[in-house]
Amino acid sequence: MTPTIVLPVVIAGLYAAGVYLLLDRSLTRVLLGFLLLGNATNVLVLSASGPAGEAPLVGHAGSGEMSDPLPQALILTAIVITFGVSAFLLAVIHRSWRLVRQEVVHTDEEDRRVAARTPRHADAMDPDDIDPVDLAPGDRAAVVGRPTDVEERLAQRYPDTASDDVGLPPTRGRTT
Amino acid sequence: MTVLLLFHFGAGLVAPLLVRWWGRQAFLALALVPAAGLGWALSRLPTALDGGEVRERFPWVTALELEVVLRLDALALVFAALVTGVGALVLVYCSRYVEPGDEDTGRLAGQLTAFAGAMLGLVLADDVFLLYVFWELTTVFSYLLIGGSGAKVAGRRAAGQALILTTAGGLAMLVGLIMLAQASGSTLLSEIVADPGSGAMVVTGTVLVLLGALTKSAMVPFHFWLPAAMQAPTPVSAYLHAAAMVKAGIYLVARLAPGLADVPGWRAVVLGVGVTTMLVGGYRALRQHDLKLLLAFGTVSQLGFVLTLVGAGSAAVGAAGLAMVLAHGLFKSTLFLSVGVIDHATGTRDMRELSGMGRRLPVVTAAAVLASASMAGLPPFIGFVGKEAAFTALWDGALPDRTAATVVLVGIVVGSVFTVAYTARFLWGAFARKPGLPDTAPADLEHEPGPLFLTAPVVLALVGLAGGLAASSLDPLVAAYAETLPQLLPEPEHLALWHGLTPALGLSALTLAAGVALFLARAPVQRLQRRVAVPASADTGYWNVLQGLDRTAVVVTGTTQRGSLPVYLGVILVTVLALPGGLLLARGSWPAEWRLWDNPLQAVTGALVLVAAVLAVRIHQRLAAAVVVGLTGYGLAVLFVLHGAPDLALTQVLIETVTLVAFVLVLRKLPLEIGGHAGPRVRWSRGAVAAGVGVFMGLASAVALAAREARPVSAEYSELAEEAHGKNIVNVTLVDIRAWDTFGELSVVLVAATGVASLVFLRGRAGAVAQAEPEERQRAPRGRRAPRRDWLAASSTLAPRRRSLVLEVVTRLLFHAILVLSVFLLFAGHNAPGGGFAGGLVAGLALVLRYLAGGRYELGAAAPVDPGVLLGLGLLLAGGTGVVGLALGAEVLETAYFEATVPVLGHVTLVTALFFDIGVYLVVVGLVLDVLRSLGAELDRQEEEGEDEDPAEAEVIAR
Repeated sequence: MTPTIVLPVVIAGLYAAGVYLLLDRSLTRVLLGFLLLGNATNVLVLSASGPAGEAPLVGHAGSGEMSDPLPQALILTAIVITFGVSAFLLAVIHRSWRLVRQEVVHTDEEDRRVAARTPRHADAMDPDDIDPVDLAPGDRAAVVGRPTDVEERLAQRYPDTASDDVGLPPTRGRTT
Repeated sequence: MTVLLLFHFGAGLVAPLLVRWWGRQAFLALALVPAAGLGWALSRLPTALDGGEVRERFPWVTALELEVVLRLDALALVFAALVTGVGALVLVYCSRYVEPGDEDTGRLAGQLTAFAGAMLGLVLADDVFLLYVFWELTTVFSYLLIGGSGAKVAGRRAAGQALILTTAGGLAMLVGLIMLAQASGSTLLSEIVADPGSGAMVVTGTVLVLLGALTKSAMVPFHFWLPAAMQAPTPVSAYLHAAAMVKAGIYLVARLAPGLADVPGWRAVVLGVGVTTMLVGGYRALRQHDLKLLLAFGTVSQLGFVLTLVGAGSAAVGAAGLAMVLAHGLFKSTLFLSVGVIDHATGTRDMRELSGMGRRLPVVTAAAVLASASMAGLPPFIGFVGKEAAFTALWDGALPDRTAATVVLVGIVVGSVFTVAYTARFLWGAFARKPGLPDTAPADLEHEPGPLFLTAPVVLALVGLAGGLAASSLDPLVAAYAETLPQLLPEPEHLALWHGLTPALGLSALTLAAGVALFLARAPVQRLQRRVAVPASADTGYWNVLQGLDRTAVVVTGTTQRGSLPVYLGVILVTVLALPGGLLLARGSWPAEWRLWDNPLQAVTGALVLVAAVLAVRIHQRLAAAVVVGLTGYGLAVLFVLHGAPDLALTQVLIETVTLVAFVLVLRKLPLEIGGHAGPRVRWSRGAVAAGVGVFMGLASAVALAAREARPVSAEYSELAEEAHGKNIVNVTLVDIRAWDTFGELSVVLVAATGVASLVFLRGRAGAVAQAEPEERQRAPRGRRAPRRDWLAASSTLAPRRRSLVLEVVTRLLFHAILVLSVFLLFAGHNAPGGGFAGGLVAGLALVLRYLAGGRYELGAAAPVDPGVLLGLGLLLAGGTGVVGLALGAEVLETAYFEATVPVLGHVTLVTALFFDIGVYLVVVGLVLDVLRSLGAELDRQEEEGEDEDPAEAEVIAR
């Protein structure tokens, strides 16, 4: 099919303006950019549906003269969803304003914290992942799940006997 | 067989329920399930002895050509009997091991029973994919059983470790199995073994499968997960980590050895790893003080021994291996269960604290002594029979390479010496009276073990004894499997208790003597062990690898995620430009010809839209920017009309209006100007990216349109619309042809509306908009009240300066007319422009008008419903239509219709799609009402009640 010149130009303009606004840090401008992108995409789908024609009403026009109805149905739902999402973004803006009197997307603190963490302490976040060897002796008990004094007492009582690097807590019964 | 497997899984599902009803006695009932499996397996014994097999086969996923193929032959029978027999006894044992008050008993019961089913399925599966499924199921159950309730850190770590290792091995195995299946042209194990094919594919596949088997059976260097897995309750250790699951790798090697033993690399890997594991396990078992850990390392050692035997690919050695599989399953589970009894009774498993238990628990001691004798290889136990057969076969050189046979023989003799030594250490540590240590006093016995508790260890120990005594009757079963292996000796050998005075008997005697000597010299031996101990272990290596992974993740995340949203977006967009954009430039087929426009008016409208877009970028006043963005939307509506899309134009105009209203409602709370201007560098780079994306999308749209050559799917839509009794094809598409899409879209709208309300309402967000209380109205000066109190009465609650007489009058005139229009659009939509979306929006605008004219109480009076109810009702109606269509014999969401001639109205066609459209209408009204209620009424309320004052300094989240 032959493309027009007008529609691609409109698409290009709307996308460019939308992307420019979307890259802003102000949430209001991001939302405006989002709306422009929504409009741009709707024109894109419209343009891809082929040449203009008569309204797709049976009886109103022959099937050869009609514009393609399927992309229109897609655009229609897209329009309503765009509204739903922009309402949500508006609520986000309001919330952000209420909480911190700002509506600016700040640098993500969590990301900065991750970046600032040294590899040495990479896994110090999840207690399951801590290697007992990396811990101060005082902290190890909490990980192994058994007070170490029993082991130490036994080691003193049987200095000759070999100890090993694996240990199990008692499964049940008395705690010695 | 299938019924049996389903029986296991079904029992696993109802087990928690049974435990709730019957308490721990439920284990006794559950034990019947694997017992039934054992009975069935034994009833097929004659078939297996004749070298025959039982087979079941039916389709599973036909699209993938997957089948359930189950097969029971001699090898499968041995394993099945072991799995079900030990399983039943362990469940009986559990019925006394758990205490009435224990938590998680139901979970334990269900998982153990289901595990028995998975394990049985594993040994019965003949299809490699079925095998893999069961294989992974056992891994998952092992994970759950080791982790227990997940409350203990050590348990979680051990469970995770076992899961990671065995799953990684399992994945390698899956790849290997697929390669083997490709090479041999069949997914059936029996056919792969019969004709494995040849070439690099088979070699690689074999190595990968072995990797899976080695991790599962805890071979060096993956052995460390098994001792760690001893965190699990003792019955679990006895069953999964001694008798059943760790045997899965052994089973797979035994299953494949007849076909793959001659593949290059097989014997080197299996024999090397097996002997090493046997030595490492035995050596480390000598260092343990915890009885369970001692047994765990003993298991590692024995598994290495058994793997060596079954993987040797030689009839005589394989027969010995199969006998050892049975022997080990019997004696090791007995010993674990005995330790469980001791632990249960005294609360400790540390051999440095136990003393004199032999006299306190005579029955357990007897069972453990019998099992230990079998483990050490004393006649007349089954352990002796197996070991003796292995010694004989290797002495006679039952390997293709004589040197290899000698090396392996030396290895397993040394390993057996360790075995004898740690067996003695176990018996001494658990039961002996130790000098200098007071007897574990009778008062310390928390629980006197009852007869039911002792059943399992005693029975298992006695079976081990009986198996040894009846060695010659065990021989045919083992021989039925061994026949499939290469016969490398001139004469087949037979299992027997007494072979005469052979060199093997001499070796047995030698191992016993050396083992006892090693035990007696334990003090110097342990000092030596401590002196030569290396600080590194495979376990540390494992944690280092995991930690390295974590650190790499932090480094990668830290480098790529710098925390700036615009930068992330920019990277994504630049990638879009670089990849699809580059492709467009390089490979795009450019349009051969261009038209200027469809209609000159397009150019005019387009120019206006572009001007508005540029203004939107340049204007920094919130409201003005919102208005110019709205202008592009209205311009779009004109473009839609010019294109021949009246429905779109209608919806677009309505939506644009509602959007503007929503904007104004929120922006009234915000400052006029948008602050925070970016520097020129940032602006220019943004501009460059934006211009690039714009040009790319414009070109892409033209290229995409030029590339269209296929007939559009919508070509038949006009006929379809007529079938659906509708003339407006777009509407019919929405409510009928592509109703699923619309239904999904309604769900999105519902979620968005709920999200808006959740963000704005600080407390509950359910309920309709508040209506004015009578006192509320009376607050207004009497003279200002509207004369007719029923209509727009709530506007009297507004402050006088916020009221607009003109607006109130206009609203009074128009409200009902607008509502009628909206209903008209809804009903006419099937045949003319309109429909649920447009109708709903119009109704929503009517509500907007009421709200603007009369304030939030007026909104409550106009729409006294919870918007959530409207949204839910709409979705229910739309979905319900689909179900009704189904009930009337159509597909889901396909239109059904009734026709009738009604007096007055004439000929009427009622289409179910209408109800779908009513659902759409309700959802859209609900959306608009929710937005008005949240961004309008609730914000008003917060302002009136002073809630939106500047929050106190402390409440502001510090940035």
